[in-house]
Amino acid sequence: MSNISIRKVRKTYDKNEVVHGVDLEVAAGEFVVLLGPSGCGKSTLLRMVAGLEAITSGEIAIGNKIVNKLEPRERGCAMVFQNYALYPHMSVAENIGYALKIARVPKVERNEKIRSVAETLNIADFLDRKPAQLSGGQRQRVAMGRAMIREPKIFLYDEPLSNLDAKLRVAMRLEIRKLHQRLGTTTLFVTHDQVEAMTLADRIVVMNKGIIEQVGTPLEIYSRPASAYVAGFIGSPSLNMIKGVLNPETATITLNDGQALQYDLKRWPNLHAGEIIAGFRAEAVSLCNSSKSLTLNPQFIEELGVSRQLHCELAGEQIIVTSQSDHDVKAGIPLHVTIEPGQIQLFNAQTGVRLETEVYDVDASVTQIRKAS
Amino acid sequence: MIERTPILNLVSQAILCIAFVAILSPFYIVFAAASHDFVTVNKVPMPLLPGGHLWENLSEVWVKANFGQAMRNSLISAVAVTVGKISLASISAFSIVFFNYRARMLVFWLIFITLMLPLEVRIVPTYAVAANVLSPLKSMLSFLGLSITLPEWNLLNTYPGLVLPLIATATGTFLYRQFFMTIPNELAEAAKMDGAGPIRFFWQILMPLSKSNMAALAAIMFVYSWNQYLWPLLVVTDQQNYATATMQLQKLVPSGQAEPPVWNTAMAANLIVLLPPALVSILLQRFIVRGLISTEK
Repeated sequence: MSNISIRKVRKTYDKNEVVHGVDLEVAAGEFVVLLGPSGCGKSTLLRMVAGLEAITSGEIAIGNKIVNKLEPRERGCAMVFQNYALYPHMSVAENIGYALKIARVPKVERNEKIRSVAETLNIADFLDRKPAQLSGGQRQRVAMGRAMIREPKIFLYDEPLSNLDAKLRVAMRLEIRKLHQRLGTTTLFVTHDQVEAMTLADRIVVMNKGIIEQVGTPLEIYSRPASAYVAGFIGSPSLNMIKGVLNPETATITLNDGQALQYDLKRWPNLHAGEIIAGFRAEAVSLCNSSKSLTLNPQFIEELGVSRQLHCELAGEQIIVTSQSDHDVKAGIPLHVTIEPGQIQLFNAQTGVRLETEVYDVDASVTQIRKAS
Repeated sequence: MIERTPILNLVSQAILCIAFVAILSPFYIVFAAASHDFVTVNKVPMPLLPGGHLWENLSEVWVKANFGQAMRNSLISAVAVTVGKISLASISAFSIVFFNYRARMLVFWLIFITLMLPLEVRIVPTYAVAANVLSPLKSMLSFLGLSITLPEWNLLNTYPGLVLPLIATATGTFLYRQFFMTIPNELAEAAKMDGAGPIRFFWQILMPLSKSNMAALAAIMFVYSWNQYLWPLLVVTDQQNYATATMQLQKLVPSGQAEPPVWNTAMAANLIVLLPPALVSILLQRFIVRGLISTEK
């Protein structure tokens, strides 16, 4: 178990900077997920920690030892790749034991370790098979076994679940989490799937275009996204966001179609009039018939069994509203709803940065919000 | 493509049969001619059914052309050329594909260009070097104004002389390069994470994976170097000890002038000489197609 310090790390390919000075501290034993769309630099960052990619500037330390110049094998990391990268000509046992073979661990001891790792991962029955004879999930386990057997200081996962089908993905997610609970190894996990990030992580690092947008626990990031970008990425469905004009006198936000949204004036007493982005969760919308209600146009309805997701149009923008299944809603028939003012979050219309509550903020001290500049 | 018309099936079967006969009939005629005695083989037309003198002709020609020694020479040089070509091709392709250095593309194109320069084109300079291995070094030194007497070192009438000039292979390098490029990058990275250095990665991962590739290359290259004729003819003057099978075969083919046309023994010699490459091709044939087209993962 080791901590990882990433300090002002940059990566440039042919004068094209893809990681713009990232700072990140990962505590020993922590499970940190790097989350972002493809091309945001998360995999590059992971590969720099692994030693597969040179660091252009800045430094990375593992266990307080700077590893910039060390070879991958000297860093004490083990990595699981998206396409498993198993050696096709070796049996499962040979694949798992290859690192030990290179390290000249005696055969008896090696076989013992292979067996115990295989039993942990439930692949002891396939030890003699070749990777081509295994299913996707089994190959994934072999890849994890290969990483585990070296008892690394750090586990690195590069989108390990992307090649699995949905059901298996959920099962493997659970196993990765269980494995972490048992071994307690510091883990960096790269994914573009926010559900994976939310379910696995102790802390999530949301990345965008080579910078870190926000670092925080899944709940912090869900309930207090640092920017409109993070808000649009997290949650299923993600936060609804609508542009409007703020009027502090009436504590309302006027939308493009003239309808008004109420916000909580006590939380933001000093705002100036002007453009703003209002965000609210799909669950924060309640259906009603009161006169102060907003009118939405449902376009189509997704039935999920427990609830329904109504895809609606509001002031020219798409929003998603969750409703109980017993409500009588039809596509094309306008819908009256209210949104509790306390549920409205505000973002700067130009920068997308979240507007922090000015007066009272119960748990502001726990968040570590890095404002995107 | 699946077609279910009986006529088309029939036609394609027929074409297949004709091609089969067209390819095999010369071999059959060689075999038939090798099994007759001198009088029968010169009848017009020559009887197409095999006669009873095959063994007699084979043993006669084996002694007459000193095939014991010649086959050994051919085998040694063909195996050495094949092994040399495979090692050189795999190592240079390894360098070109897996290492990132500045002259990488230049090196690749230099190798690739030699595809257009077979031995026959550069035979005179190659002979000059074989006759005096250090001569390029000597001319380089004299170009720099140094005159150092270097020992004379010639490869004429030696196995290295037969083998070394044939070893460089653009085809093999290219084949290996294409194969190495199908290997996912992650495999190299996984090996790196497991602590394998480049040499270990090459030996324990790339080489086992390239087995069928290697076999295909071996079959092609063995036949190629077995069939070499011009180069051995030039480099070997000590025909008693270093003549190859193809050189000996040439001496048995009737020239149509003074001596009688002993086609029966010439054909028997043919059978002897084509046996090793045929065996290699048959043994390795299942790899040839797989190694040349498929990407086994």
